Amino acid sequence: MCAEYIDGKVHPVTYELIGKGRELVSKLGGSVKSVIIGYGVSKHAEELVQYGADEVYAYEYGAGAPPNVLLHKEILVDLISEIKPKLVLFGATAWGRSLAPRVAAALRTGLTADCLDVYITDEGDIVQVRPAFTGNIIAHIKTLTTPAMATVRYKVFKPPEKDPSRMGEVHVREVPKERLAGSRGIEVLGKAREKEVNIADAEVIVAGGKGLKKKEDLKLLEELAELLGGVVAVSRPLVDAGWVPKDRQVGFSGNIVKPKVYIACGISGSPQHLAGMKDSRLIIAINIDPSAPIGKYSDLFVVGDLYEIVPKIIEEVRRIRGR
Amino acid sequence: MKPTPNIEKVRFDVKRGVVDRSSAKLEINPFDLHAIEAAVRIKESLGGTVTVVSMAPPHAEPALRDALARGADRAILLSDRRFAGSDTLATSYTLASAIRKLGDFDLVICGEKSVDGDTGQVGPEVAEFLGVPHVSYVTEVKEVSRESVTVISDFGSAYYLVRVKLPALISVTKEVNVPRKPKFKDLVKARKAKIEVWTADDLRDVIDFNRLGLEGSATRVIKAYYALEKGREGIRVKGDEGVRKIIELLTSEGVI
Repeated sequence: MCAEYIDGKVHPVTYELIGKGRELVSKLGGSVKSVIIGYGVSKHAEELVQYGADEVYAYEYGAGAPPNVLLHKEILVDLISEIKPKLVLFGATAWGRSLAPRVAAALRTGLTADCLDVYITDEGDIVQVRPAFTGNIIAHIKTLTTPAMATVRYKVFKPPEKDPSRMGEVHVREVPKERLAGSRGIEVLGKAREKEVNIADAEVIVAGGKGLKKKEDLKLLEELAELLGGVVAVSRPLVDAGWVPKDRQVGFSGNIVKPKVYIACGISGSPQHLAGMKDSRLIIAINIDPSAPIGKYSDLFVVGDLYEIVPKIIEEVRRIRGR
Repeated sequence: MKPTPNIEKVRFDVKRGVVDRSSAKLEINPFDLHAIEAAVRIKESLGGTVTVVSMAPPHAEPALRDALARGADRAILLSDRRFAGSDTLATSYTLASAIRKLGDFDLVICGEKSVDGDTGQVGPEVAEFLGVPHVSYVTEVKEVSRESVTVISDFGSAYYLVRVKLPALISVTKEVNVPRKPKFKDLVKARKAKIEVWTADDLRDVIDFNRLGLEGSATRVIKAYYALEKGREGIRVKGDEGVRKIIELLTSEGVI
């Protein structure tokens, strides 16, 4: 599997992919190999082993250099030709979805995007399960070429347990300066700006939808979110309307979230929104429309006006906390 | 540009695992509207021509006319039974071959993904087959010159400023612009415009027929069905009782 390492950090989807790799290896045989590319990667190699990699290929940059998708592609194509894996997994992050197809086309092999599951049939075929038609359809895809390649979103697979006693082989390979040099036509000039928020890791999410009448009303949800130690998220229409950046979008085209608590305020529950939050542990929906589809997918469906209900919750929480 | 069905309107023949064609006409993939707009804006500032290329069945013609009405100068529809059944690998190969046949280009612009395939793979794969650099998830086009394009790209963890040397390919998100609505007179003009239709034979000198369509695809759909989610057996309450129950649940979850 391909570890995602940008800006000095290993993206947590990496561990989930390793976990899936272990599961597949128990049925397919073989071993889980992980590749990580960048400056300072070798110190993360041991951790990858502890999460379940049998071997780690750490391509160590001699100096800090921003991630160049074409350089990564070259390294991966060479490595894949060398170790001939049956399946290569990438995180379905923006980076992974830019890099994986480049590698797949170079290898002329099949790539399946955004997988919800990967399994082995009794005949030993690798089959990937993925959504299509903006989440309305589920498709099972068999790859005819080797390696099969798949991208998987963060939080789709469960993260494995870390085992500090686990042993594995780490191969550190230096990426020589000459190879680092040469932009290949792409110059990453620097970071333009940070992401405003990472809602995927929030434990509590208060989300707003079309039931909100104006942008300023998000403050109401912010107040509640703050009291509950959570973050505010939105459904797609509010992002399309320009109220908040896409980083706060929950849904098929936005973030997939699995918080402890998801409170949906004025969200009708379209299939593409449900795809983004259906695995939350506790789903509470507040909607003035009793026939809103989200009612069928909530643990608690409160039929009512969010402009009345949310302030009352805020008041009650404050009262309980004695403020 | 990919002609796609309107996702809100389309119906599926789940038994046969195919789209019920009669349920939704093909229109410009919503993400591609932003790509066309980006291309037209570059033409308006630097000159040049905008050519729209689509691999689609013949009834996709109206979508190509729409593209012309929105500022494209030329529209090419790649249509042939031999393209049918293409996965992203075969599609990208076909599109790249057509682009190569068109001759020198400066920039290929794609939408982030299609609303029916949702892979987002065709852009980078076309770039690989054309042998040009690419930048995905472009949220802003900052500067365009004859030699390069400077953009802001979402790398996932943060937004980065990237300059890419031309010829290149970029795929753009919805944030990149607000597409203009076509003017009535342009729609009228587009209705009479010529849509060039190319078959596989027209690509004979640049294409390997074995890499087209189902035969050229590396993946197969073996099963497809409605994503009918399992619902939850939840409680339904009204108003103030709802407030009480919410507090109850939040307390039991340890949030309060």
